Amino acid sequence: MASTSSTGAAVPPRPTRPRRAVWGERGIELLIYASGVSAIVFILAILFFIFREAAPVLFSDRFSLTQFLFSTEWYPTSVSNVRYGTLALSAGTLAVTVLAMILAVPFGVGGAVFLSQFCGPRLRETLKIIIELLAAIPSVVWGFIGLTVMSRLIVTYTGAPVGVNVLNGGIILALMSVPIIVSIGEDALKAVPDSYVEAALALGVTRWQLVFRVLLPAARHGLLAAVLLGVGRAIGETMAVLMATGHAVQIPHGILDSVRTLTANIAAELGEAPAGSEHYQVLFLTGVLLFAITMLVNLAADLIIRGARARK
Amino acid sequence: MDASTPKIAVQDLSLAYGGTEVIHGITFDVRPNEILGIIGPARSGKTSLLRCLNRTIDFVAGTRVTGEIRIDGADIRAVRDVHALRRTIGMVAPLPVGLPLSIYDNVAFAPRCAGLTRRAELDPLVERCLRQAALWDEVKDRLDNLGTALSGGQQQRLTIARALSHQPEILCLDEFSIAIDPVTTMRIEDVLRELRREITIILVTNLTHQARRLTDRTMFLWNGRIIELDRSEVIFSDQPSRKETLEYVNGIFG
Repeated sequence: MASTSSTGAAVPPRPTRPRRAVWGERGIELLIYASGVSAIVFILAILFFIFREAAPVLFSDRFSLTQFLFSTEWYPTSVSNVRYGTLALSAGTLAVTVLAMILAVPFGVGGAVFLSQFCGPRLRETLKIIIELLAAIPSVVWGFIGLTVMSRLIVTYTGAPVGVNVLNGGIILALMSVPIIVSIGEDALKAVPDSYVEAALALGVTRWQLVFRVLLPAARHGLLAAVLLGVGRAIGETMAVLMATGHAVQIPHGILDSVRTLTANIAAELGEAPAGSEHYQVLFLTGVLLFAITMLVNLAADLIIRGARARK
Repeated sequence: MDASTPKIAVQDLSLAYGGTEVIHGITFDVRPNEILGIIGPARSGKTSLLRCLNRTIDFVAGTRVTGEIRIDGADIRAVRDVHALRRTIGMVAPLPVGLPLSIYDNVAFAPRCAGLTRRAELDPLVERCLRQAALWDEVKDRLDNLGTALSGGQQQRLTIARALSHQPEILCLDEFSIAIDPVTTMRIEDVLRELRREITIILVTNLTHQARRLTDRTMFLWNGRIIELDRSEVIFSDQPSRKETLEYVNGIFG
């Protein structure tokens, strides 16, 4: 110690931290605070700029919000009677997403359970690399597969007149979501303390009982997050569904009907709409709608988790 | 059961993690309805030995077990239903592990997994186990609360209740009193004395007083070898047959 007093028995003074260190720590705190807050700032900024583009049309007399939300008629470029109804587009998004999740959740969660419990370390590492590779395939490539390979298979096996439809888009989206659900879900299962597993095994449970009675309940929050990220990917996906779902504005009556989704609609039409025109503004409003749907899904999941916690 | 046949017979058991052998060919018997104490310093192989008994050692990668363990004369490596084997052995770990379930569900977990689902059968079973673990009076009004929200000592008693829930024939306690206050420890010790009429108990402990109070015979395990195994009166007397035992028991182990 630097400051020893002359008498050996005296207590050395308590060491104080140099001023530089104190300021340095404050600086780091500020930096961390700023990076935490920046997420909120970015969200608000995105919302603001989308809304700014969309706002004027909300106050135009040629536009009705009820029609926008609840009409199925989407004729943005009609000369005689322009109509901006997005219900069919929302229904398209809903149909494709729901189908994708019905396909992807069992496979994704099952895959995560297999990876974490039922396979050897070497197989696990190999599979994880492949699954992460699957997650990295660009969506346009998926769309291309949907348009060519999948569409032909669907026509052959179901006898549908066209192969680009809800089924096609759902399968493609499922294929895109499964890798995400598997890798995040596996992390969630791995985060379950080993002591739970050991305690349960010492009580003489079988592997399956371990999975269903201990692992899945203990990891349910993480698994829900994994599924939600999958849903998020499915709702937000644009290019693949644009190519695979057939681009027909209609409410689907079966999984073999062609649809158009909110995202695909924006991508396809924004380039054609003159900047600042009514059509352009409505497309931005569609963006706001998409934003709201995503927020609702996340909020719902949050409430489910909280509800589950409160009941305990 | 004939008192002369051992409940557990361990014959030349060795255990290696990877290339390191931690138990070096030990041989001993556990008699029916006795309380066998196992004492010994850290890393002497006590917990590993228990994990060999219920074969949870199988889940640790890279272990090699040689030798033979027989329970009621049956080789545990040859049993067809390892889950049934584990249910005949209750295991209490040194640090309490409440499963993230309610208190009731924690105790009912193993019976349910074994196929017992009727509430009318579960209720008395849960109550009996919690009473035996000296926990019933503290939790009887909040059986639906989360087991992991109990205090450390209560959680430990919950794991004891859980270990009794599948009506084991052998109960292994691995330093169960680490997180429990002395009064409760005494109450559980009373319970153990009562339980020995029905089951066989293996008690790993570092509290030599506890071993002296509770056990019929005591095994001194050191570095994976049995230094001495004898009646507890001998082990804790002035004249155990081995000098190391005397030194360890009196805390002057070098």
